[in-house]
Amino acid sequence: MNGRRIRVEHTVLAVVGGLLVTFLVVPVLALFIRATDFGQGLRHPLVWPALRLSLMTTGLSLVVVVVLGTPLAWSLARAQGRLARAVETAVQLPIVIPPAVAGVAMLLAFGRRGLFAGILYPDGWSISFTTCAVVMAEVFVSAPFFVQAATSAFRRIDPSLVVVARTFGAPPLRVFFRVALPLAAPGLLAGAAMSWARALGEFGATLMFAGNLQGQTQTLPLAIYTALESDMRAAQALSIVLVVVAFALLLFVRAALRRSTERGEPTL
Amino acid sequence: MRLVAALLVLMLAGCTCSKATPSAKEDKLVVFAAASLRDVFTAMGDDFKRAHPGVEVTFNFAGTQELRTQLEHGAAVDVFASADPRHIDELVRASRVAVPVTFARNEPVIVVATEAATMIRSFADLPTAPRIIMGTPEVPIGRYTLQILDRASTSLSTDFRSRVEARVVSRELNVRQVLAKVSLGEAQAGIVYRTDALAARAQVSIVTIPADINVIAEYPIAIVTGAAHPQLGRAWVDFVLSLAGQRTLHGAGFLPPGERDSAP
Repeated sequence: MNGRRIRVEHTVLAVVGGLLVTFLVVPVLALFIRATDFGQGLRHPLVWPALRLSLMTTGLSLVVVVVLGTPLAWSLARAQGRLARAVETAVQLPIVIPPAVAGVAMLLAFGRRGLFAGILYPDGWSISFTTCAVVMAEVFVSAPFFVQAATSAFRRIDPSLVVVARTFGAPPLRVFFRVALPLAAPGLLAGAAMSWARALGEFGATLMFAGNLQGQTQTLPLAIYTALESDMRAAQALSIVLVVVAFALLLFVRAALRRSTERGEPTL
Repeated sequence: MRLVAALLVLMLAGCTCSKATPSAKEDKLVVFAAASLRDVFTAMGDDFKRAHPGVEVTFNFAGTQELRTQLEHGAAVDVFASADPRHIDELVRASRVAVPVTFARNEPVIVVATEAATMIRSFADLPTAPRIIMGTPEVPIGRYTLQILDRASTSLSTDFRSRVEARVVSRELNVRQVLAKVSLGEAQAGIVYRTDALAARAQVSIVTIPADINVIAEYPIAIVTGAAHPQLGRAWVDFVLSLAGQRTLHGAGFLPPGERDSAP
């Protein structure tokens, strides 16, 4: 009687969970199953300039995010008090803002008639619609993911390790590089990968702030949307490339996080 | 695996049963219309509802290509109003819509940001704009723009198109995006339909393109094959073509369909 009930409960759980899993997985599978002429699609003239531009801009934005985000995450992880929490919340804002709104906001801040127009562009030139604008949009939307992951990675470090290193006379910078950074490395890597994936998929803010010009600002997602207007095959081929890259990143994140928890366990 | 299959069947069943079946008493009308028709069709929808009490009119406004894709994938629609004869011709060939009729035309114009209004006063001044925005060639306004530039290259100066294209900073995916960026002052000039330009008269000035160079966009409308509400669909098409409908369209900046009909 009891065993039977457990079996029923298990079945119900499996059905409910399976419903969501199916719903999430089927569209992605359909992308591959319904792909006709993947090779032909890849030869579409939109494909390679977009792929090249996407790799270049997301690479650059990743460097910016990691170089500026790591020290910020380190301070946030160690700081107590209201100001630190306020900063942490402010940094998370781009996650909840719709990307198109982020693009408008960036135009209003850095555009030709934006807040800083007088200082930035005395001669009427503007950063909007340049490759630099693409990188800015990507940094804006992807940085929070890295900062969030890095902050929690730094928080997981046993504070006594830092204290011990300091009492042995190591200067703060040395403690950061020799103790904190190696310990948090897997978490930082996972954060960087998530942030990169977000930058790679960035669409709304780029379209608003950087526009859509082949070779200059037309990244993979913009090329997909443009191709949808004319050639479904190219759109599908590009989508598959994007999905494969994103999936590889996801696997990488999971591997990195597993290492992080294995290593982190003794100190928890 | 069997579980997944069962779920799939369940989901498919859920999808098919939402599809409406034709009924004798029609109280609903679903219209798919090009994005540039949003304001004018919404207003006309209110008039239509007054003339047909108890009828619920639902609109879906999007890019013509997007609407066509949705139609091809079985969206339940009664009437399709397109901003581009090419898409509707494809649908006619696939027997997804009945023979279309042109109900309006729309004229591309140059919109100029206020600060550049003195600099760009005629079509020939377009290449002097430091930053120009146009539609991507995959969407109708972008295709018309390139045709206009080609015509200008033949009649004005041979390098007209290349001079303009050298100043293009973005090729937008729809006409409203072109307008938004010129309104925001991010570029000095862009090419949009007159109806869009009129909606933003406060932020931009309008420069007309000479008639011998301009390419006029045609808007065909058609009843969808197997529509759930064919009578109301017919009534909507008649209303759009009626004197009152044409007057509203004219007020929004559309040109009358003219003598040429798009029926193939």
